[in-house]
Amino acid sequence: MSKGRKAYQAVINIILIIVSLCMILPLVLLFMSSITEENTLVANGYSFFPAQFSAGAYEYIMQNSATVFRAYGITVLVTVIGTSLSIILASLMAFPLSLKDLPGRRVITFYVFFTMLFSGGLVPSYIMWTTTFGIRNTLWAYIFPNFLLGAFNIILVRTFFTTSIPADIYEAAKIDGAGYLTIYWRIVMPLGKPILVTIGLFTGLSYWNDWTNGLYYINKSNMFSIQTLLNRMIQDIQALAAHSTANSGSLMQIPQVSIRMAIAFVAILPILIVYPFLQKYFASGIMLGAVKG
Amino acid sequence: MEKKKMNFARFKQFIPLYIMLLPGAVYLFINNYIPMAGIVVAFKTYNVNDGIFHSPWAGLKNFEFLFGTNEAAVIIRNTLLYNVAFIIVNTVVGIMLAIFISDVMNTRMKKLYQSSILLPFLISIVVVSYIVFALLSHENGMFNKGLLPMLGMEPVQWYNDTTWWPVILIVTNCWKGVGYGTLIYIAAIAGIDQSFYEAADLDGASKWQQITRITLPCLIPSIITLLIMNIGRIFYSDFGLFYQVPQNSGSLYPVTNTIDTYVYRALMSTGGFGRSSAAGLLQSVVGFTLVIVSNMVVRKASAENAIF
Repeated sequence: MSKGRKAYQAVINIILIIVSLCMILPLVLLFMSSITEENTLVANGYSFFPAQFSAGAYEYIMQNSATVFRAYGITVLVTVIGTSLSIILASLMAFPLSLKDLPGRRVITFYVFFTMLFSGGLVPSYIMWTTTFGIRNTLWAYIFPNFLLGAFNIILVRTFFTTSIPADIYEAAKIDGAGYLTIYWRIVMPLGKPILVTIGLFTGLSYWNDWTNGLYYINKSNMFSIQTLLNRMIQDIQALAAHSTANSGSLMQIPQVSIRMAIAFVAILPILIVYPFLQKYFASGIMLGAVKG
Repeated sequence: MEKKKMNFARFKQFIPLYIMLLPGAVYLFINNYIPMAGIVVAFKTYNVNDGIFHSPWAGLKNFEFLFGTNEAAVIIRNTLLYNVAFIIVNTVVGIMLAIFISDVMNTRMKKLYQSSILLPFLISIVVVSYIVFALLSHENGMFNKGLLPMLGMEPVQWYNDTTWWPVILIVTNCWKGVGYGTLIYIAAIAGIDQSFYEAADLDGASKWQQITRITLPCLIPSIITLLIMNIGRIFYSDFGLFYQVPQNSGSLYPVTNTIDTYVYRALMSTGGFGRSSAAGLLQSVVGFTLVIVSNMVVRKASAENAIF
């Protein structure tokens, strides 16, 4: 390696290390703040190097688990139900659209595609979901509006089916007497696994991180998801105490400054844990998104 | 008669497929198409009892409310300017990082850089707003309690002072979103024919010349694709970024209020319904036009880069 090359490698590595630190350090700050002793926080503020550590915030979460655990449970439930339904709906739609001889295929594809171009916006859908469907303060409020099925996912899955599953397999299955439903379930779903995992991952992520449906449609504290709880908590720490059991005096004991950070950290923990194992899928999903459908 | 029968027999075999299409089609009809029709609410005086379609017509009254104050100008300006800034900053930083990462020889470090740059993309904006709060909180923030005193500077009332918010939002948006574009550019760079660089090396071209003469020209298709996607969405803003990160602070509205935050806040305020629906309609119609026009322009310039 020439001298110039070596210098270039050194420079880009230094720049990229700095950039990587900038990406990761804010999350470290979040964690450090959550394990800082409450009085130290009040005296010195949030910091990377707290003078005194304490697990007080996490202890508080464990002791008054009702609110946080419930919110966590709702988030998990919504993510699991929403993602599963989403994968089923998207693949059920993508499979027929991937078959070239389906009459009306172009019209239906346009019907799907047009939803990406034009949107009615928040006001009409807010009215519809609250009045016609009455989903306020139900679990469905987290699942149905917006996130369940996107045209983009349908088109991605359809493209994968057309390009990666040879049509001969369908012909062979038909000759063996398989109906379309059998073909879908026994052939298309297993062979489509890579794309279904990818869209499942992104759908799961958007359910896990969504706070908007909670903002629009939920106002009962026992229906808060973790993101909705966090959203309410930043303005009003009492959101946390609102649901915690009879001991109304417990508000005094809330380690107000550190607990916000502790709950925020708990909310991203699952993502931090699975990310190293799934990052391949995240990366390939983003690449797919850039390729036109 | 014979032909009709044949058609029906042919059609019959597809019935299971149409049934499979049905659940998704119904969902899209409810979630997307009904609200599209419901957009007429912007021309109505909405009341809950009559619903969207039977409420009395209001003509352009809602738009008069919307444009009656200078708020409309502020939210449109903020939405457009922030988007332009985001597009420029994220494209430049994204391409730069992608070029650097692609040139890293050590494959392990390369992976590490890629993973850390994408990580913020996966974090919910609510949690991002908590991190920003840890930095900027008036009483306990790292800036006011740690950094600024250390530098001998006065603490800043961050959530009341509009001065720094354009910078804060641009930096936050870049931190959260740059990994997405970077990954796409890395993939595009990986697709460039290596023999170009080998030939350039033989001719003694410098690294800078290789970047400007080979890498950047080869990236143009990806840049254009991302650019149209972004221009098509230039009338939309990231609701979370503008609502959560400034913590819905009223004194920051002049620099943080965008069309999306305006629509939400007006919808939730008493008597704001008309303004909200008018702003929403404006956004939908202009947004739609922009997608179509930007794609048409690209198709004219280079057909293979058009999205549809």
